[in-house]
Amino acid sequence: MSLLDLTAVKLSEKIKAGEATVPEAVKEVFSQIEAKEELLHCYVSLNKEGALKRAEEVQKKIQAGELRGPLAGVPVAIKDNLCTAGMLTTCSSKILGNFVPTFSAQAVENLEAAGAVILGKTNMDEFAMGSTTETSAFGVTRNPHNPEHVPGGSSGGSAAAVAAGECFFALGSDTGGSIRQPASFCGVVGMKPTYGRVSRYGLVAYGSSLDQIGPLTKDVRDCAAVLELIATHDKKDSTSVKREDTDFTSALQTDVEGMRVGIPRDYFGEGLDKEVKEAVLKAAEVLKEKGAVIEEFDLSLVEYAIPAYYTIAAAEASSNLERFDGIKYGYRTQDYEGLHHMYKKTRSEGFGAEVKRRIMLGSFVLSSGYYDAYYLKALRVKALIKKAFDEAFAKYDVILGPVAPTTAPKLGASLADPIKMYLGDIYTISVNLAGLPGMSVPCGKDSAGLPIGLQLIADCFEEKKLLRAAYTYEQAVGGFLVGKEV
Amino acid sequence: MAKQYETVIGLEVHVELATKTKIFCGCSTAFGGEPNTHTCPVCTGMPGSLPVLNKQVVEYAIAVGLAANCEITRYCKFDRKNYFYPDNPQNYQISQLYLPICRNGWVEVDTPDGSKKIGIHEIHMEEDAGKLIHDDWEEVSLVDYNRSGVPLIEIVSEPDMRNADEVIAYLEKLRLLIQYLGASDCKLQEGSMRADVNLSVREVGAEEFGTRTEMKNLNSFKAIARAIEGERERQIDLLEAGKEVIQETRRWDDAKECSYAMRSKEDAQDYRYFPDPDLVPVWIDDEWLERIQAAQPEFRTEKMARYREEFGIPDYDIEIITGSKHMADIFEETTALCNQPKKVSNWLMGETLRLLKEKELDPEDIRFSPKHLAELIALVDEKAINTNVAKEVFEVMFEEDIEPRSYVEEKGLKAVNDEGALRKTVEEVIAANPQSVADYKSGKEKAIGFLVGQTMKAMQGKADPGTVNKLLKELL
Repeated sequence: MSLLDLTAVKLSEKIKAGEATVPEAVKEVFSQIEAKEELLHCYVSLNKEGALKRAEEVQKKIQAGELRGPLAGVPVAIKDNLCTAGMLTTCSSKILGNFVPTFSAQAVENLEAAGAVILGKTNMDEFAMGSTTETSAFGVTRNPHNPEHVPGGSSGGSAAAVAAGECFFALGSDTGGSIRQPASFCGVVGMKPTYGRVSRYGLVAYGSSLDQIGPLTKDVRDCAAVLELIATHDKKDSTSVKREDTDFTSALQTDVEGMRVGIPRDYFGEGLDKEVKEAVLKAAEVLKEKGAVIEEFDLSLVEYAIPAYYTIAAAEASSNLERFDGIKYGYRTQDYEGLHHMYKKTRSEGFGAEVKRRIMLGSFVLSSGYYDAYYLKALRVKALIKKAFDEAFAKYDVILGPVAPTTAPKLGASLADPIKMYLGDIYTISVNLAGLPGMSVPCGKDSAGLPIGLQLIADCFEEKKLLRAAYTYEQAVGGFLVGKEV
Repeated sequence: MAKQYETVIGLEVHVELATKTKIFCGCSTAFGGEPNTHTCPVCTGMPGSLPVLNKQVVEYAIAVGLAANCEITRYCKFDRKNYFYPDNPQNYQISQLYLPICRNGWVEVDTPDGSKKIGIHEIHMEEDAGKLIHDDWEEVSLVDYNRSGVPLIEIVSEPDMRNADEVIAYLEKLRLLIQYLGASDCKLQEGSMRADVNLSVREVGAEEFGTRTEMKNLNSFKAIARAIEGERERQIDLLEAGKEVIQETRRWDDAKECSYAMRSKEDAQDYRYFPDPDLVPVWIDDEWLERIQAAQPEFRTEKMARYREEFGIPDYDIEIITGSKHMADIFEETTALCNQPKKVSNWLMGETLRLLKEKELDPEDIRFSPKHLAELIALVDEKAINTNVAKEVFEVMFEEDIEPRSYVEEKGLKAVNDEGALRKTVEEVIAANPQSVADYKSGKEKAIGFLVGQTMKAMQGKADPGTVNKLLKELL
């Protein structure tokens, strides 16, 4: 049996038991990367030398008993919008093509302190803007289940790397579905934690009020273990919330007896692929058999989520991305006359089309005379959506539905029609607008062999409910096959 | 008859707060570091960095607001002001637009026509920008982010002022309030207090305001007064010539005593303000507000009244001493040590003011310590040194804050109070100056002054002139 077949937690157990070593695991995963990267292109940059050196150090610390955590010695992939000290952090953009941060994101620091070994930085949609990883300035990532299809996005590189065994787990970020949707398309487990649960310090901001870092893993246990490590209070992030309930692995119980599960009718209407619908409802049946109480309800306001989201996220992005100006770091155009020409040329050449589209959209909705009509109205919609969820969670422990209307589209099929691409985020973005935790769990495949994801949503800081439902489902179906089938 | 015009002036005053660290990170606010040494990922706009609010900034802003009779906004937020410029590392400035921390206040100022209330529209918190250095030789511009993120408050007045005197009185009032609070040293020359003047003119009796301009780059009270006069005349000339005043921002050139347009309303930028999602709203509860209110210091008016009561020094002295919080502190601390308010006041009003003027310094620049001034007063009281020597010592103390007692010892400045030695010198002087002795004896009282002078000279200044005088009279 190959080490690559192991989950992150299992690998660490084996290493701690002396049955495998960290350098062995790192070498094995690099031979997998070398075999698959040419086709899949999950990574923007690899850290082979650094990882091997670090593997030796971690191995010694494990042997000395200094590192005993559940992820000690495990090789990890980091999305390229998370700062890594001394390692390229490009956000898959030309404008940051040469950017090496001086500090690491808090979530990355937590993982490293626990003995994880960084393999490299994963490909993504440029600045996390996109749903297919096709807007990357450094080329597309392909879906390990079918290379003619996209892996989803924006954390497509992270999801594909987990699915293809090119890492044992990965970090991603989710602003409107960017962890859950690629997890669904690639058949892995992904979680977007509650807003404020994981420090955003070191995450290159897209939509600051919506962004959240989260895990992409092979199974639910790994997801809980990673979350437990990264969910720490951080004084460097004013929106980080101090919580005591971070013992997520304690929620890994096969018990949903009496759990109230709501199925929003609005999530099963027009536009939802028949096979996706069937697979998701079948998963609901599994939970029902295990004792969950399933009920349909009307969530309402679903149709307003997409315009509200694209208004708020684009507005924040238009401001967040102003710092990329060619002055301090990153790309600067070659020939220019004066400051303003330098700004314009640098940004015209440095950003891709989708990023420019959202900067323009965001600048427009914030401009004087339009602010009230667009940005303020979107904030009101956001508040109403939160209220609708509050009402739902008065009745249900967990909301269950699809992650995306379809399985992974073919490469090139999405960018031609951005509105259609935006509509694909319909089931995921409300969760970001309301700041809720949401999780994607594999629940089968369509007739073309592409994975389908089940989305579970809970009230703020109720990640444990998600983990319990997901773990119960996973055990009931005999586990997922992540990394063993592609 | 020529038309009569009235000037209408409102001020935007930026004050740099005296916090040790910056508004959104832990970097030092100290002046004078090597370029880009007081910086971190936050104040240089590195990707992934996040701002965290310095609580002291909020407390200073509230304290200034309370002193200026403002309403305190209990739920206030920060907004981003978006504009591209290299001194602004994020290309947005974190400021307050929608919910500024203080609103609707006023301060009372003394004018030749009596006291007048000047309205405060709002006070908001924001971050300072970095500094651009243009290197003409290399044809490049460099940026120093040491000032980036230094906390500022902007105090926006109502258009309630009508002439330069009122403007200066208002600025003096703000400066004193803020200095008394310890919230800033408020130095115009060094830029820790900066004023932009919004000015328009209208015919006397008109209800509507005229079109206003905003004047920047005013680095002294004198420059402000000159700029107001210059701009008033420029606008009246335009109107008299049948032209319109254009709403624009102008830069004052104090050397040439004229202003020129920087940008007009047409190319005014759209700052696309919106609430900063990286910062949580600030909620100011009753308890916090009461704590700040209770910690407000004694302001100038109260201090003046107390000085009259406690120290019995002239009103004029009180006026000058309390005109600077630093000088008032020195006065009180020295008096507490020597219990001689009149003498302390004399040193401040006399030698201190003389030296400040001579060296073109502000009272805030006084460096000698109250302990040393008290010691100097004691030395004179003990007749260890005479007044002239004391002034010499004081001058050194003013420069270097030396310890007067040991300085006097080291330099051998101690007065010779040995009566025998003094008597001998006096006898010699009498012997050497028969003409003056004769003059004195023939009734010319003034002649004794010459003999005192000669004795002091012979003693190298180290004698008490009173004693010399007494001895001379005795021996003659």
